[in-house]
Amino acid sequence: MLYREAGQFKTTYAADQQVFPIRQDRIAVAALLVVAFVGVPLFANQYWLSAILTPFLILALATLGLNILTGYAGQLSLGTAAFMAVGAFMAYNFALRLPWMPILVSFMLAGLCAAAVGIVFGLPSLRIKGFYLAVATLACQFFVLWALQRVGWFTNDSASGVITAQKMVILGYTFESPADKYMLTLCVVAVLAVLAKNMLRSETGRKFMAVRDMDIAAEVIGIRMMQTKLLAFGISSFYCGVAGALYAYAYLGTVEPEAFNLDLSFRILFMVIIGGVGSILGSFMGAAFIVLLPIFLNTVAGPIEHLLGITLPSGLMSNLELIVFGALIIFFLIVEPHGLARLWQIGKEKLRLWPFPH
Amino acid sequence: MISKHLKSALLGVAMLGVAATGQAQNEQFIPMAGYWVGPFAAGGSGIYGGFIDYLNMINARDGGVNGVKLTYEKCEHEYNNARGVECYERLKKKGPTGASVFHTLSTGITYSILDKATADKIPLITIGYGRTDTSDGRVFPYVFPLVTNYWSQNTAKIKFIGSREGGMDKLKGKKIVNIYHDSAYGKETIPVLDAQAKTYGFTVTHIPVPTPGNEQGAQWLQVRQIKPDWVILRGWGVMNPTALKAAAKVGFPRDHIVGVWWSGAEEDTIPAGDAAKGYIAAGFNVAGANFPVVQEIKKAVYAKGKGEMEDQARIGSIYYNRGVVHGIITVEAIRTAQAKYGNKPLTPEQVRWGIENLNITEARLKDLGAAGFMQALKVSCADHEGGGAVKFQQWDGKQWKVITDWIQPDKQLVRGMIEASAAAYAKEKNITPRDCSKEG
Repeated sequence: MLYREAGQFKTTYAADQQVFPIRQDRIAVAALLVVAFVGVPLFANQYWLSAILTPFLILALATLGLNILTGYAGQLSLGTAAFMAVGAFMAYNFALRLPWMPILVSFMLAGLCAAAVGIVFGLPSLRIKGFYLAVATLACQFFVLWALQRVGWFTNDSASGVITAQKMVILGYTFESPADKYMLTLCVVAVLAVLAKNMLRSETGRKFMAVRDMDIAAEVIGIRMMQTKLLAFGISSFYCGVAGALYAYAYLGTVEPEAFNLDLSFRILFMVIIGGVGSILGSFMGAAFIVLLPIFLNTVAGPIEHLLGITLPSGLMSNLELIVFGALIIFFLIVEPHGLARLWQIGKEKLRLWPFPH
Repeated sequence: MISKHLKSALLGVAMLGVAATGQAQNEQFIPMAGYWVGPFAAGGSGIYGGFIDYLNMINARDGGVNGVKLTYEKCEHEYNNARGVECYERLKKKGPTGASVFHTLSTGITYSILDKATADKIPLITIGYGRTDTSDGRVFPYVFPLVTNYWSQNTAKIKFIGSREGGMDKLKGKKIVNIYHDSAYGKETIPVLDAQAKTYGFTVTHIPVPTPGNEQGAQWLQVRQIKPDWVILRGWGVMNPTALKAAAKVGFPRDHIVGVWWSGAEEDTIPAGDAAKGYIAAGFNVAGANFPVVQEIKKAVYAKGKGEMEDQARIGSIYYNRGVVHGIITVEAIRTAQAKYGNKPLTPEQVRWGIENLNITEARLKDLGAAGFMQALKVSCADHEGGGAVKFQQWDGKQWKVITDWIQPDKQLVRGMIEASAAAYAKEKNITPRDCSKEG
């Protein structure tokens, strides 16, 4: 009843092509942005800002990056964490060696470095597909971490191989408090998400999807394979690189290469799969699911134990969390193999007909 | 009239509420961020088992520390940096006065929350792990790598190898291989080993093992090529038994492998079976359930059907006893701080003072029932390490046998390197080191 587009006439091409053609969607998105930009910094406490929302946004950005590659261009990759690592370590090096450079420029340059690495490791995609490509990108995961751990230059010859992020100063203002870091992350993520949305609606995005759906057909209609695939790798790695820089600067502070291990790559891939392959909204939903659920389970485990008046052995409790987490993933994939974004879409379609389905 | 009654009733209820919360607030909160699952679960569950049991013993036997009850909350971080930061943020404000101290049981997480804890003024205790140069308390006022740090331990290890060879001058021309876990933790000792190699004239080769370390064939083939006189094993979790088995396969004598304390527990040797026999490891606590402090825990906690350890055979193991060391140090720090600030729940800042002025003498250890269990400890503003000595123990196939007395580290070398490293950190971070003569 509330969610109905009847009566919303589009009289110009611009109105027809806007990102959110339905008025209710526009209102909802505007409200969400107001909440994220104004409400959250005002009301959220430090724990929520620095331990939940900031990592959620950063991982959502990385998921978005992988989604561009896997969801839209159809190239499977297991090198996401490696691209993030390149972003983090290069941002550190830019800030260290060129201290006069604004930190956001360092992030962008770090993203470009990640893009370059992504393009190099994307070259096998011209010949191999699917799972075989995933294995090829796995090489990237191991090679990048190996290089970061072995070549002293990347860590400024730190004995233990860790980097400590410098202070983030923009126009003389230091981003130090959790709210500052959250705002910075939110701005970067919001801008990059809008850019991604528009890019995917443009010719480039259509090319990606053509390659994904059938690469031979795409080639026949004149889409250049090499250019398109490498562009997908480049853009995707850029997003991951920026996410990695934020992961180091706005979240962890001090990072060792091991923080960007294969486990993180897999988790981001799971975020894409659970959120929805080929969906920007799905990237955020998937990140929320994978980041928040284990924390939620860990938090409620204590009170539930307390409520039932039992004390379980601690090892069992921790393992139970993993079991419940795994079971929920399987449940969601059975109920909706296209991910949370698809569930959301179905919900919206139902809502359009409600309360008089025909 | 009614309103007057109502008012007084309300007031009474309110007073009751205040009294009740006052009662409940006489607590000192200690966060337990650890790991009970994953490849390192043996260490996490053992140490936190001993730690929590000790706190519960203090609560049950003494009614807390001078009447202040010790409370805790567990947070599973799976040895994962990101989860560790989340645990820190979640637990730091809990309890009436916030987290008194924070233990991470992970070098990587220690790195990640070091700046945060300093900003929040919460002391970080890293017993036997963490960042070595934080021993310089002038630059790191909130970080305490207590008992002994990696560099101290490593110099003691070279001393031990020297004594086995028949004198430090005999080390000249010897070959030592350092097999390390490829992480921040594993890399910590590379600079100090290099410095010592220069002093004593031995050669050292560093061979990394990628985490988690359950595949080491290539590394041990390399060892066989080098034919070293000694191998230093700097492993963690599943990497240790794998290393011992691989050493047996290439025929390297196990009594010439010296492990760090994270490679020297029952969980590291039993899975390796016979391959572990003769293997030597450093330790800052010893195994055994016969110490009075462990017996007290059994009496006050396990006899009542409580306790953290499912497998009670693990009580008295290396990891469990290390957890008891964590408990003793934390509780004694709180006690020290209470002597200055009064017997009430203390703020993290006050507990920090307690840790900095901690002095656990041999006599005190005896009172605690822990004589010979751990070394005496004296912390100061400049020296956040306290002890520094280690004992070496050898696995005889069934249990760990202590084979040396406390071996002191090469304090001069270690302190010099710590100060240089801390000064570099201070410069990078724009920290002005404290003047310790002004600290009270």
